[in-house]
Amino acid sequence: MTRKYSALSLLREGLAGQTGWDPAWRDAVPKERYDAIVIGGGGHGLATAYYLAKNHGITNVALIERGWIGGGNTGRNTTIIRSNYFFPETARFFEFALKLYEGLSQDLNYNIMFSQRGMWMLGHDRHGMEMLRRSANAMRLNGIDAELHDEATVRDTIPGLNTSPRFPILGGLNQPRAGSARHDAVAWGYARAASALGVDIIQNCEVESFLIENGHVRGVQTNRGTIRSETVGMAVAGHSTALAAKAGVRLPISSFALQAFVSEPVKPCLDTVLLSPATGTYISQSDKGELVIGAGLDLYLSYAQRGNLPWMERAAAGVTELFPAFSRMRFLRQWAGICDIVHDSTPIIGATDLGGFYVNCGWGTGGFKAIPAGGWCLAHAMATGTSHPLAKAFDLDRFRTGALIDEASASGIAH
Amino acid sequence: MLLIDCPYCGPRAESEFRCGGEGHIARPGPHDEVSADAWADYLFYRTNPKGEHRERWLHAAGCGQWFNILRDTVTHQINGVYLMGEPGPAEAAQ
Repeated sequence: MTRKYSALSLLREGLAGQTGWDPAWRDAVPKERYDAIVIGGGGHGLATAYYLAKNHGITNVALIERGWIGGGNTGRNTTIIRSNYFFPETARFFEFALKLYEGLSQDLNYNIMFSQRGMWMLGHDRHGMEMLRRSANAMRLNGIDAELHDEATVRDTIPGLNTSPRFPILGGLNQPRAGSARHDAVAWGYARAASALGVDIIQNCEVESFLIENGHVRGVQTNRGTIRSETVGMAVAGHSTALAAKAGVRLPISSFALQAFVSEPVKPCLDTVLLSPATGTYISQSDKGELVIGAGLDLYLSYAQRGNLPWMERAAAGVTELFPAFSRMRFLRQWAGICDIVHDSTPIIGATDLGGFYVNCGWGTGGFKAIPAGGWCLAHAMATGTSHPLAKAFDLDRFRTGALIDEASASGIAH
Repeated sequence: MLLIDCPYCGPRAESEFRCGGEGHIARPGPHDEVSADAWADYLFYRTNPKGEHRERWLHAAGCGQWFNILRDTVTHQINGVYLMGEPGPAEAAQ
């Protein structure tokens, strides 16, 4: 039984020489049959397994992962959590995720290091300011915190901004409750909590094919044997189309590489998250002191988990334009994750044409912030066979009916 | 970083080009007879292969011409360049 993490258990283990800790979660061997299988050991898959057990009492669950948990996009994003969306459907959904994040460390008994340090979007011209005002109004109408500030407040709040920038800083929109969390801790916290409730976490287990009878999924064939279940959920981001194709399901997803970087670690110098669409800058500072920098998508299909040089140069140019002092710093690491891009930049959660097969995908470049809600809603769909009210508009049918929720343009998602 | 061999200008850096997505997609028609499923297929569904992909590129900061390339989406290796209107390699093999 996993010991509860607390100040008392820390003290006790400190005195006992740290000999009593159990592994945080069990590395399980697959059984022959489960009540539900979740494919994909990233944040969404792990959260799905946890909420299946916690919200729906379905504890006989296999979480299968091709590599190791948290090794895909969950370990490759820039860890920003926010809910500054435009349309009611998406705003409601991402705000629900943010609220779950606010209580997640307590809920999981695992410190996810969620730091609500705010997130600023900068306006660099009159039109940019109009868009920020529109965005702030939409957020407030949706009950989400948003503050519009002038240049003086932006400069007071964020020291080090360029005093004579090429793109003037006219003001900014702050969402004070936004922030960042430790991405690995989100994966490990969900894994530990799910495992404690009885979920089998099975790593190095790749799905080779699906067992299908009469239009209904009956299980999966993996490199570790056949695992049977009448209910299968999938949360595999950029690999969604390839895996769903094995189940005979087509998805309107294209896979693109999104790059991120960290600088060498320095002392605390940036205590908020900053997004400047005009200069292509997305930057925050991690607890380790590295500047975490997000770039844009390489806009051609890619399954290579590495980015290309043009974006590295653009991201660096944007950062040094905003913060000249950072120009002497060096990149420490560079990597990319494969994003599941859909036309309207709104996720797909729910049933497919194959009975018992549910998907959670289409997160594009913004899946990390949605993890608790994505898992919550996929678990609901798998347990009840119906869409969760928060995810009703996120069905596959919208691509046929045309009822897209176009956050791609509404909230200015750059890709 | 891709080095793309523009059929009009020769090899140039990726940053001069824009990718126009999957090639060889024909618009369905006549428009008033096309089902919702067929429109969805045409507008939103792509092959998105893990491997060879036939795609259109524009030499935006060069000659301004469109052309096709055959590229591997895992290695990014470009295995062929051919003009718009020419059959793709898969079709040529048939």
